[in-house]
Amino acid sequence: MKVTFLLNGETVSIDTPATQTLLDWLRIERGLVGTKEGCNEGDCGACSVVVSDPNGSPDVRAMNACILFMPQLHGKSVRTVEGIRGPDGTLHPVQQAMVEHHGSQCGFCTPGFITTMAAGHMAGRTDHDNVLAGNLCRCTGYAPIIRAANAAQNAPVPVWMHDKALAANPVDYAPDTLDELAKTYAENPDATLIAGATDVGLWVTKQLRDLNKVIFLNRCNELQKIDESHPDSITIGAGVTMKNLLPTLENFHPSYAEMVRRYGSEQVRAAATIGGNIANGSPIGDNPPALIALGAKLHLQHGQHTRDMLLEDFFISYGKQDRAAGELVTGVTIPKTAPALRSYKLSKRFDQDISAVCGAFNITVENGIVTDAKIAFGGMAGTPARATQVEAALLGRPWIRETISTAALCFNGDYTPMTDMRASAAYRLEAAENMLRRYFADLSGETVSVLEVSP
Amino acid sequence: MSVHKPLPHDSGPLHVTGTARYIDDLPVPNGCLHLAFGLSQTAAGTINALDLDAVRNADGVVAVLTADDLPFANDVSPSAHDEPLLATDRVHYLGQPVFLVVAKSHLAARKAARLGQMDISETDPILTIDEALAANSRFEDGPRIWTKGDVDAALDGAQHRLQGQFEMGGQEHFYLEGQAALALPQEGGDMVVHSSTQHPTEIQHKVADALGVPMHAVRCEVRRMGGGFGGKESQGNALAVACAIAAQQTGQACKMRYDRDDDMMITGKRHDFRITYDVGFDDKGRITGIDFTQSTRCGWALDLSLPVADRAMLHADNAYLLPHVRITSHRLKTNTQSATAYRGFGGPQGVFGIERVIDHIASTLMADPIDVRKVNYYSQLPSDVNTTPYGMQVTDFILGDMTDALITSANYQQRRNHIAKWNAEHETLKKGIGFSPVKFGISFTLTHLNQAGALVHVYQDGSIHLNHGGTEMGQGLFQKVAQVAAACFDVPTDVIKITATDTGKVPNTSATAASSGSDLNGMAVKNACDILRERIAACLAEVHDLDPSQVRFEQGNVHIGSQTVTFAQAAQIAYQNRVSLSATGFYKTPDLSWDRIKGQGRPFFYFAQGAAITEVVIDTLTGENRILRTDILHDAGSSLNPALDIGQVEGGYVQGAGWLTTEELVWDNKGRLRTHAPATYKIPACSDRPDIFNVALWDAPNPSETIYRSKAVGEPPFMLGISAFSALSDAVSACGENYPDLQAPATPEAILAAVNRARQ
Repeated sequence: MKVTFLLNGETVSIDTPATQTLLDWLRIERGLVGTKEGCNEGDCGACSVVVSDPNGSPDVRAMNACILFMPQLHGKSVRTVEGIRGPDGTLHPVQQAMVEHHGSQCGFCTPGFITTMAAGHMAGRTDHDNVLAGNLCRCTGYAPIIRAANAAQNAPVPVWMHDKALAANPVDYAPDTLDELAKTYAENPDATLIAGATDVGLWVTKQLRDLNKVIFLNRCNELQKIDESHPDSITIGAGVTMKNLLPTLENFHPSYAEMVRRYGSEQVRAAATIGGNIANGSPIGDNPPALIALGAKLHLQHGQHTRDMLLEDFFISYGKQDRAAGELVTGVTIPKTAPALRSYKLSKRFDQDISAVCGAFNITVENGIVTDAKIAFGGMAGTPARATQVEAALLGRPWIRETISTAALCFNGDYTPMTDMRASAAYRLEAAENMLRRYFADLSGETVSVLEVSP
Repeated sequence: MSVHKPLPHDSGPLHVTGTARYIDDLPVPNGCLHLAFGLSQTAAGTINALDLDAVRNADGVVAVLTADDLPFANDVSPSAHDEPLLATDRVHYLGQPVFLVVAKSHLAARKAARLGQMDISETDPILTIDEALAANSRFEDGPRIWTKGDVDAALDGAQHRLQGQFEMGGQEHFYLEGQAALALPQEGGDMVVHSSTQHPTEIQHKVADALGVPMHAVRCEVRRMGGGFGGKESQGNALAVACAIAAQQTGQACKMRYDRDDDMMITGKRHDFRITYDVGFDDKGRITGIDFTQSTRCGWALDLSLPVADRAMLHADNAYLLPHVRITSHRLKTNTQSATAYRGFGGPQGVFGIERVIDHIASTLMADPIDVRKVNYYSQLPSDVNTTPYGMQVTDFILGDMTDALITSANYQQRRNHIAKWNAEHETLKKGIGFSPVKFGISFTLTHLNQAGALVHVYQDGSIHLNHGGTEMGQGLFQKVAQVAAACFDVPTDVIKITATDTGKVPNTSATAASSGSDLNGMAVKNACDILRERIAACLAEVHDLDPSQVRFEQGNVHIGSQTVTFAQAAQIAYQNRVSLSATGFYKTPDLSWDRIKGQGRPFFYFAQGAAITEVVIDTLTGENRILRTDILHDAGSSLNPALDIGQVEGGYVQGAGWLTTEELVWDNKGRLRTHAPATYKIPACSDRPDIFNVALWDAPNPSETIYRSKAVGEPPFMLGISAFSALSDAVSACGENYPDLQAPATPEAILAAVNRARQ
């Protein structure tokens, strides 16, 4: 596949296998060994690089090179740690600050921290814990790194960080229009669709699978739009990254947004798409519970044919979704308002951890009586699924503690969770029950998250 | 003078620009081959046959080796010769290397390694402590037991008595740079090995045995590691030996680095422990007698488990004078990864045991846990009765003063009251506060390891080449030792060239471990520099017809009576006067004697100490939890470099807290480790550090004669993470009357279980 992109400001044109990762290409083909492999699955950030769209978009982001396939870079700009320092050797403000504040010890994670910090710096970010949630450091305990980030945050962006424009021709492996994409996929139903590659990347780097036929989605702009023009609803294109979705959610659904803030990491959110998270069908995807609780409608397209369905109907059983071969998930529509929506993500670590249990609640109470209840969970069954028995136990009942206690017992009927390395079945069930109690306390104004407590 | 200054890490500018080289970054010769192990998918069994045809026929494969193809020693054990590089007739854990693939690329080797067919007659694996105890599956012939006083009488006569048992999980090192080695074959069968190892001499030794050559034919070089934490003390042997054998057989350079999942499946981790206790105490909480039983899963091979388990016993007292004590230690053999060195080397497990007991006593007496700690502290005044369970007099105890200082600086009492009030006002969320001290013994308990060598050259331009036996894994050892060297000549540190550890320069080195790096190597380097300084001084004195005592090295200059030359000029003069400007240095720690079987003696040169107060909040509905604030006062003696030492304290604390909170190793009932990647094994992330994180050094010179009166700092602060666990337990206690009996790691699930117990 022919790929043209900017590497540290210079135009590079190569012919690459579809699933060549940027990390391997940098280190093995290009001899740029500053970018490190820490885990090869997008969980440690040691391979982080700065990616941007050199055609006027201000969307500068850090991404994990280990699960970024070369064709995803067509038309993009990549800046590795080697390109963060100025051409004359001048250190970038984050580099200078990291030295002065003792932000490196063994140094192996440091190039990834530098690139991630440089991306955040360029974007004017000062929420350093969020920016750096995807960069693991085992030596420092992070304190000096945050000191460095604080020290550098007001320094101007060095001129060398700004890239020249790049013209990139259309490529057949990554269709530009939805119709072309739908046609290509309908004609090649055995192809693997690759959006952000945060999951498919691991098929390659960990399962060592060879993907014969692939179609890249990232150049299809129509899939990357968030349409807020309708008075009551928002339609989110399947190709919208979680990073780009976050500001919209912050406006309309702050609790869902708070969950997405913890979804993966900055690097993962910059790659992962909402369509990928849905179409993948994973029982532990974090979007579906909130979307189902919102009554989201899913949009699909097969060639010219489009159809819609309730998202909850899309998930049939573990590994099986209501999607025909060659049919695309194109987007999802959610209501603009749902003040009672709450999304609770439970994991061993707050940031960048897969949920043991992810619950979403959207309950309407009118005159003290529950008139509508949508409760959905991930991690409790083979698919994201509604808690219909719990909902039934709530509907028509007064919104009081006793109702909650009674309804909580019904989770046992809705779900038979499993025991694995993230949590035991018993804990999952108890946590789900307690999330309903938390929801009750939450709606009544109590502080329910340890993340909101200060010393 | 350069010592005691907060200089940045010497490699900082290289780290931040991506130019610091690690093994996988080194340029390799054309034709370099890449290695991967084929791993057992069975935890225990007998190998009937291996079908490796598909492996041999896979793309890019050059050779496939099994145990039968190894020409000499099939052994990568650091201790008991019980750890074959490749499995022979039996497999002992799921993840054990069985065959070795040599291929043209890393990816080709990995792909081929999955194609092996192993016909193994599976036997029931021994996986748990209970299974191992039941089967009497252990190392050594029985438990080690050390006693002091008359425990049974003390327990029988105690005012109060408590029994308890708890579990603490192991810990994956998660060094960011995985294990890696590169072997470069030389003329005449010699081998140069670059290894990411804390122990270059061990690599040299194991490689020589595997190649059937003397140690002089092998040279091991280590510039830096991307993290070690004990995980590269012995676990790099397999890769280095595999590379050397493959390089010998193919004549090509060979490189091996574990993919992260392989790394976690193959290599050993921190020992998990079960600790059972029976303790007698008085109304003040003063312990009158205690009987500890420590049981640990050592995994399938001995590795370093004996000294690890010994050190757990040696730290069962932590900071407390135990008048009557018995410690029983079971070192259990299980079909799991061979547990290995990890920062603290058993010390954290021992310390956690007694800290847990003290919290239990405080809970029972409804006393402030700090007060109970203080009544049990060793005396700051030396005396015949101020002795450890192993009979060593404690003469340098300073935790009484440190604790009082920390209580004040952290505003402990007021915050404790405030937390009680806050908890009364909040139903779902509860706060807790915890304190823990550490007193950590400094020295290798295998006494002969307490030695170090150095090699220092002064070139005729006055630049200095520094080399010693210690390895750099991020801790800043090289910088601290360079500061020592610069101080000896009173020159700026940029005069000193720090160089890679190299068994060809300094032989017979000990592992950089046991926190001893700067103590040992700093002294050896000082010895070498002192020799050179004296030679230069004697030469200059002779040239000027003065006494050497009239030669002074000051701020980059050398004063000879009333004359002054630069250090570079002094070096030039010495060279022209035919003075040897190269010297070796040597150091051995004095005053050590230790009988590990009796459990008696003086295993440690001194004790490094520290104390921490941690405040947390928990969610009583889910068990989610967070550290809000941590205050630490840590004793680094007269710190060689306060910035680097504070870095060790901050990093050690967070790693220690991680061990006891988010980091959970889970094996299934087949012995398969289910948490073998960062997706499932969760070390602390950025936002997990305390919101408020106050770290200060207790700046007092070490009474023992250490390098510039500093103290070792690598491991001790790790144990301060225990204060986070104490705080979590305290928060759970706010939920109910019962002792919460929190287990470690305190995952949300473990905390919720404890909340339920507290409320029962």
